[in-house]
Amino acid sequence: MLDKTAEKRKNIISFVCVLAFLILVLILDQVIKPTSKMFMLLTVLQKGSVYALAAVSMNLLNGFTGLFSLGHAGFMLIGAYTYAIFTIPDKARDVVYQYYDASVRFSIPEKLGNSMGPFGTVLGVVIAVLLAGLAAAIFAYLIGLPVLRLKSDYLAIATLGFAEIIRAVFQWSKLGPVTNGSNLLKSFERTSTFKGVLFGMKLKFATFVPVLIATVSITLIVLLVNSTYGRAFKAIRDDEIAAEAMGINLAKHKMISFVTSSFFAGVAGASMAMVLSIAQASNFKSAMTYEILLMVVLGGIGSISGSVIGSMLFVAASEWWLRGLDSGTFLGINAPGVFRNGFRLVVFSVIIMVVVLFFRKGIMGDRELTDVIAGWKAKSKNKKGVTDHE
Amino acid sequence: MSESVLRVENVTMQFGGVVAVNNLNLDVHKNNIVSLIGPNGAGKTTAFNCITGVYQPTNGIVEFNGKTIISAHPDKKMKKIYQGENGEMYVNKPVIDPTPDQITKMGIARTFQNIRLWKSMSVFDNVLIAKHMNAKKGFFSAALHTNKADEERMREETFELLKEQGLDKYSNDLATSLPYGIQRRLEIARALAADPKLLLLDEPAAGMNPQETIELSQFIKEIRDNHNLTVLLVEHHMDLVMNISDYIYVIDFGKLISKGVPAEVQNDPKVVEAYLGVSEDE
Amino acid sequence: MNTMQTVLPYVISGISVGGQYALIAIGYTMVYGILRLINFAHGDVFMVAGLLMVYLAAALPIYLAIPIVIALTVLLAFIIERVAYKPLRTAPRMSVMISAIGVSYLLQNLALYITGGLNKNYPSIPWISDQITVFGMATTRVTVITPFLTIILVVILVYLINHTKIGMAMRAVSRDFETSQLMGIKIDAVISVTFIIGSFLAAIGSLLYFSNYPGVVPTSGGMPGLKAFVAAVFGGIGSIPGAVIGAFIIGICESIIKGLDTILITGGAITEQIGLATFSDAFTFVLLIIILVFKPTGLFGEKSTDKV
Repeated sequence: MLDKTAEKRKNIISFVCVLAFLILVLILDQVIKPTSKMFMLLTVLQKGSVYALAAVSMNLLNGFTGLFSLGHAGFMLIGAYTYAIFTIPDKARDVVYQYYDASVRFSIPEKLGNSMGPFGTVLGVVIAVLLAGLAAAIFAYLIGLPVLRLKSDYLAIATLGFAEIIRAVFQWSKLGPVTNGSNLLKSFERTSTFKGVLFGMKLKFATFVPVLIATVSITLIVLLVNSTYGRAFKAIRDDEIAAEAMGINLAKHKMISFVTSSFFAGVAGASMAMVLSIAQASNFKSAMTYEILLMVVLGGIGSISGSVIGSMLFVAASEWWLRGLDSGTFLGINAPGVFRNGFRLVVFSVIIMVVVLFFRKGIMGDRELTDVIAGWKAKSKNKKGVTDHE
Repeated sequence: MSESVLRVENVTMQFGGVVAVNNLNLDVHKNNIVSLIGPNGAGKTTAFNCITGVYQPTNGIVEFNGKTIISAHPDKKMKKIYQGENGEMYVNKPVIDPTPDQITKMGIARTFQNIRLWKSMSVFDNVLIAKHMNAKKGFFSAALHTNKADEERMREETFELLKEQGLDKYSNDLATSLPYGIQRRLEIARALAADPKLLLLDEPAAGMNPQETIELSQFIKEIRDNHNLTVLLVEHHMDLVMNISDYIYVIDFGKLISKGVPAEVQNDPKVVEAYLGVSEDE
Repeated sequence: MNTMQTVLPYVISGISVGGQYALIAIGYTMVYGILRLINFAHGDVFMVAGLLMVYLAAALPIYLAIPIVIALTVLLAFIIERVAYKPLRTAPRMSVMISAIGVSYLLQNLALYITGGLNKNYPSIPWISDQITVFGMATTRVTVITPFLTIILVVILVYLINHTKIGMAMRAVSRDFETSQLMGIKIDAVISVTFIIGSFLAAIGSLLYFSNYPGVVPTSGGMPGLKAFVAAVFGGIGSIPGAVIGAFIIGICESIIKGLDTILITGGAITEQIGLATFSDAFTFVLLIIILVFKPTGLFGEKSTDKV
């Protein structure tokens, strides 16, 4: 109707940018050697994309639907474990489950790999990742039935509680044959082992895979947010009573948002397991949820590109740029007494507090990157794109 | 006389010991504009909330187009403090307690006393969302954007409606950035987007000046005719009420004290008494 | 009889832990009652009180260290409120809650930096850390005095709230924030007093709590904090007696679950350890969810409805 070509052009530009980014990551994966100083960039991209997905999926719930939920770590845990359990190769099972008699004894990538070759392995990994999301989504559905009726802070504390319960259940010794109790899961398919051969060149995918998972997932979330369901979520966020009066079934839509968000949290969990090469329940504490929440806030609640930028900056700052604060020298200042272990995180938390207190809208507010760019391009032009896209 | 669209029978709403609506009986006929008036705190908005599923009434039934859509009777716990009449009448009827969205889907749309637009959204999106409940395609189709035709239809309908209401020039503005009177109009447009048969307006003239009020009464008549609507409104502005109503119900302290065409109600001593000393400016 | 003897120690230690949770929970419930804020940093203030004691007891005699620890903890809470919550008075509730999470993150990281992440041994406080024997079982004196001390403090607190001017102001503010402001109540002073009382009790709670544990680590505040909060929700947030009762229930349940394997084996219900102790923390949340689902406002909470 209005400005359709402009919108189409915007979509094409976004698509090209994303594609170019993916190719760039693929190239970086090949050219940056582990010994290089720039190798940190790859680490940041790997962890950053895991957290970006986690943050965006949390934003779908907290920022777009207005449901303040703090159960994210729990759903990521389910995702990580589901992925790990279904991808540990047969041979490694007994070593990993050293104290238990493993009850799940098949690896999907291995099974498919044996029958279909390398393609089967890839397919197996994809299936395992989807299973991870699905498992988290199923749990979310069950949890959502009782808790989604609760209001704001009660919902927050109930979801936080569920995440803690999930963590305890996964660590329970009686479930050891499945979850390995409180011991960690390892030796499963992970990104650093993904290699391929193309035209005689050995290719590495350690960074590409998590980035690809995040990109595909975030694209799906963007599509959802810009659909009629996304609009319904925002209506619920802005005014629940009006939303209900306009025919939006609150229970159903809250559930859809919660389950979808958890599905992608599960995928993020699987991706995290792949990147870290381990899955251990004790890592998925509420502190992890808080960190993801802070990333969302940093980027701007209600902005998807904001969440991506926020988590990338968060990871880059804490893993890379501020490293010097922990090891004696920062920006040429040498003060081993002050710049010792842990100082980085202190500085970092102070920065976050400054953002929370003084830049409450975060980096992006509730705008998207595409809006900002469109705004630069044509300030005088009609603003249809903004309403359409955000 | 035309057929009955909305029939409210013995509806009572009790909060603890307070009886906000007491045995209310209403009969709203097709294509009529019917007003529900009464002094402040008489229970008008509560009656609205009972009809639209926001509250579950303590007792009584609501029929819409001849079909019972709400049915309630005091439960065991409530009986102890229940003070209304006819409490036993509906005990053997099944309880029907729909949520507000179900009521809207049946064809009853409403506006709110204190405007409830979605503040972060544009005028266009505010109206577009009301089309969501009629989306033909399911979640996955919508989320993956394979519902192009459906989405296009919803946008087209929204656009048409905004144009008809003269709101299209505000399409891209933030809903809350509009002047107050336009916001009221937008809220009505949003309710119309839900394709209702019955429109409930909760104090549509609140905060309007006399000029705007006159325009509003014209506007309400217009949408009634253009959309083949029946309108039930709660209002304080007597000019507006007397001007546009086909029939008027007066309640005070939750109880019906008078009903009739405007001329009858205007001269009813009980109504005069109820309003005496009560300012009507809010 | 045999089972009884097995259960008793767990119950006694549960009552003690419950008392400690109660002292933390009051801080949560009072702040929530007035600001409608889940003060996520409260558990970390409790942890900081523990660390302060570790460092001060090393430098000063214990009778000086204790009051200084309490004073510094109160000061910390006061500063947190002024710096992190006061500027957000008019902001949406979610912003304030996020700010609280930010403060919690900061305090934990600060503690990590100062301690180097190592476990700091908690000093043994003379008299209260002494070993004693009650009903034929060995325990520490702190275990026995905690519940009594808690109840005394709570009674004093409730008296203050019901019979002093500031207490009346607090009750008014928790009823209706805006109206009390219009009535001339100095909101900021009331809020500060609330934080001071809450952190004072948390500091005492930390003295009692850490005396029973080997040491303090930066994450020590997290779990007790969460549990105390759950206790506050359980009892009906905003209600002090509710929080105290909730805390005792949670403390006792948690303690019993820690020993449930042993208890069940003694009782003959099971024959070997089944690891139920894993759920001692999670059970708190099960309890929370049950209460939220069936009585969302807690045992003593008041019902509120949205106005349409």
